[in-house]
Amino acid sequence: MREADIPINRVDWLVVIIYFALVIIGWFNIYAAVYDSQAPQSMFDMSINSGQQLVRIGISVVLIILILAADHRLFENLALPIYLVFLVVLLLTPIFGKEVNGQVLSIGFGSFRIQPGEFAKFATALALAKVMERPTFDLTKTKNQLIAFGVLMVPVVLILLQPDTGTAMVYFSLLIMFYREGFPQRYYILGLGFIALTLLALGIENNLYLVIGIVILALILIFIGKTSWKRTIAFSAIALVMISYTYSIDWVVSKLPPHQQNRIMVLFNPNIDPLGVGWNVTQSKIAIGSGGFFGKGYLQGTQTKFDFVPEQHTDFIFCTLGEEFGWFGSFIVIGLFVALLYRLVIMAERQKTRFSRIYGYSVISILFFHFMINISMTIGLFPVVGIPLPFFSYGGSSLWSFTMLLFIFVKLDASRSQQLGRIN
Amino acid sequence: MNDQRPFIIIIVIFLVGLVLLTKLFMIQVVDDSFSRKAERNAIQRVVDHPYRGLIYDRNGELLVYNNPIFDLMVVPKEFAVKDTARFLNIFGIEKEQLITAYNAAKKYSWVKPSPLIKQISTTDFAKIQDFLIDYPGLFITTRSVRSYPTPIAAHALGYIGEINAQQLERDTADYYEQGDYVGLSGMERFYEDELRGKKGVKYKMVNVRGVDKGPFKNGAYDTASVAGTNLTSTLDRDLQLYGEFLMQGKTGSVVAIEPKSGEILAFVSAPFYDPNELTGADFGKNYSILNSMNSKPFLNRPIMARYPPGSIFKIVQSLIGLQEGILFPETTYACNKSLVACHNHPSPVNLFGAIRNSCNPYYHQAFRRMINREVSSNTFKDTEIGLDAWREKVLKFGLGGRLGVDMLGEYGGDVPSSKLYDRVYGEGRWKYSTIYSLSIGQGELLVTPLQMANLAAIFANKGFYYTPHLIKAVDGDPTRIPQKYRTKHEVGVDAKHFDLIQDAMAEALYGTANRAIIQDLVIAGKTGTAQNPHGEDHSVFVAFAPKDDPKIAIAVYVENAGWGGRAAASTASLMIEKYIKGQITRPALEEYVLAGNFIY
Repeated sequence: MREADIPINRVDWLVVIIYFALVIIGWFNIYAAVYDSQAPQSMFDMSINSGQQLVRIGISVVLIILILAADHRLFENLALPIYLVFLVVLLLTPIFGKEVNGQVLSIGFGSFRIQPGEFAKFATALALAKVMERPTFDLTKTKNQLIAFGVLMVPVVLILLQPDTGTAMVYFSLLIMFYREGFPQRYYILGLGFIALTLLALGIENNLYLVIGIVILALILIFIGKTSWKRTIAFSAIALVMISYTYSIDWVVSKLPPHQQNRIMVLFNPNIDPLGVGWNVTQSKIAIGSGGFFGKGYLQGTQTKFDFVPEQHTDFIFCTLGEEFGWFGSFIVIGLFVALLYRLVIMAERQKTRFSRIYGYSVISILFFHFMINISMTIGLFPVVGIPLPFFSYGGSSLWSFTMLLFIFVKLDASRSQQLGRIN
Repeated sequence: MNDQRPFIIIIVIFLVGLVLLTKLFMIQVVDDSFSRKAERNAIQRVVDHPYRGLIYDRNGELLVYNNPIFDLMVVPKEFAVKDTARFLNIFGIEKEQLITAYNAAKKYSWVKPSPLIKQISTTDFAKIQDFLIDYPGLFITTRSVRSYPTPIAAHALGYIGEINAQQLERDTADYYEQGDYVGLSGMERFYEDELRGKKGVKYKMVNVRGVDKGPFKNGAYDTASVAGTNLTSTLDRDLQLYGEFLMQGKTGSVVAIEPKSGEILAFVSAPFYDPNELTGADFGKNYSILNSMNSKPFLNRPIMARYPPGSIFKIVQSLIGLQEGILFPETTYACNKSLVACHNHPSPVNLFGAIRNSCNPYYHQAFRRMINREVSSNTFKDTEIGLDAWREKVLKFGLGGRLGVDMLGEYGGDVPSSKLYDRVYGEGRWKYSTIYSLSIGQGELLVTPLQMANLAAIFANKGFYYTPHLIKAVDGDPTRIPQKYRTKHEVGVDAKHFDLIQDAMAEALYGTANRAIIQDLVIAGKTGTAQNPHGEDHSVFVAFAPKDDPKIAIAVYVENAGWGGRAAASTASLMIEKYIKGQITRPALEEYVLAGNFIY
């Protein structure tokens, strides 16, 4: 065996370095988030979050070693069984899990608890890769589309039963992978238009303006170029659908539970209720915004330290970074994420098997979605949804699931020369 | 077909990164409102109020101090009581009281402290402090209020209270804040800058529930408070106390001055009030009660009440006459009652006899010679010139204008000038016969009791005075008092002219104020009666003693008490005896003064 054939030497060290950089920066920020200047405790103190997180990082390292040492075929062969196991666990969670704030997110024994919703991400990614790897699998075909969506939707439905909307949303990020694998582009254009229209309908107070806009747009499209009955009817129908959608949006929003309604409305006007629903976003923006260019200095933050920002060590961990390290720190971390995602795209594209590539893009999709939504919500660009920042946020399940998600791909990539080229 | 899609995905990733960084740049670097909001959130400015300076009397007796008041505070979240009966026993409250206070605290905040028992005395505090450790969530806060071990000299010492809007506006140095306590009257006000000390500021961090999280930047921006400077007052506590004892139930003033220094030994304004009433929680309530009383206890009579000087002014007239060479000891006038009324006494009289007998016609005739000196052939013009020249000399006695005592609100009294008469009668339309009542201290003349006491000091000093003042030393150092209280004022009359005056004043007691005589202590005094068109005349007496080495000069006003020889002279005599001998040998006279039946 040539030296280059030994998988460990083909590990993409850049990804590993970025991973550890993010994990360590995250760990420092978790300590900062719980740091109490009046009763300072060691970063390694097991009674505080940073100490516990260090143990979880240690376990992650063990997981990484196990994954890298395993046979690369293992993941492909076990993809469906793993998927099925997690579906069963997800199904059991609402029944045997522990209820917190009306949600049942975790399951386990005693103090050892995991959130199956987190782990089901890589299980689903593996299952999709397995299902879609056949050369005949073509996402332009309705049957294959249905299969792919089926695999995707089962965990989504089960997670919605917990109910955990944020995590369920994450699964739809796999549409990015579908896009790479040939899912028709028109659906994406349609989808983006749909989202844009939704935002406009919610954002613009008076729907009449929107309706007038749609009508004018339809008239322009109808009378530009060759006028035909078919064209006129098609555009008129689309315009009609859009208008009725505009009105139905308000109706749908009014039927949502109040806390979700508020989360949406706060996005458009954070001053609606600055002490209530707007509190999280307002305080989060104050914390980040008060950081300035270079930040207040490590452990010098006041907003995150004194509980002005809720969930500061989990979903709002980015606030600590923004406050204490300023825009410069934010730039470094966002730069690391973008670099990681870019590197993963390069890696995914160099895979010889379709399985590896699909899995690679699933990793990219999930990480990208988490990264984008988490930071956006802390700065008021997206409604508050409870999803963690990968590698950063406090919590074992999220760290371990992201680690496994990422390093299974690193392993597949390292073993690519041993795989049979079946790519098309 | 899918070749371009990886690039689109990469572009989207970079775009999202760019959008996030741009938005972050906007809120972190461009918009600085978030920094201010963050400070408002988490940094609390806590003013560290300094200990206000104490005030001692001239002998080092404490007059004003800061009394700590203890409030027992409770943090409902941490508070727990296992044995309620024991708790109630230790803290000495009723169960209902505890429940009410606890519920109020809980309603205010679950995590912030609220008072559970207010204003615990020092003794009760000593009793409970050992038990505090058994009860989590309880702690003691200390406030301090002004307190007066001997409740005297309310007008001289003044009081402190919350700063008002105008004072805040005048505070150009921006030292004060809403809610600060400042001296509002008396020495508290005049020496506010010395007494207040210097406030300190602490910046502390608080969490979202307002719970203290320690100093901001380890106290780098904090400043320590500096305690106020202690003052020594010129007041003599025992004399002041005795003066108020004598003046209880009466209306009037007693001002005693040490002649050689201008130091005010006693400053009684009756009716007075207990200065302790204007401290602490009851300030507002007591203030409005006192303020609405008909007897006007807030009126600082020694410096705000103005009366015609009456007969006592004859001494000033005599001195000016002697100095001007118009009067001589042997100058004699007949007691011509057709000029102005007088009582029966031997006639004619020389200057000594005129003072001793307080002869009105004598001064009517003498004053005419002072005014009409025939510098102008026009008698109207001559009177005008004479009056203004005379007035200049009178003003040197500290009359007709504020003396500048270290209290706010002093009135200057009045010595009329030609302009006043011009205004009233028209220019060139008045002459000596219009103004002759000035000769015997009536007419448009007005003086305050403080000015009157200062006159007594001038007579004692044979021609000079120091501006009367209440400050003896700042932080124990007598040289730190304002320069103006260490400046000697000459009245422009040679010392030799005072010998006759002093002898006559000592002699006068035997004619007009027998009650004031003390066997082995020579008092020089002069009675006066301030005419009161609204009722009984006011009894006035000025004196100094001992005659040969004056230690005390005094002016006593007792309103509506008739002739000066009774109420005022008796009171002054007792005060002098108290100050010089330290004891009272005439209990009958004391009883007479206390009984207050001066009119018969």
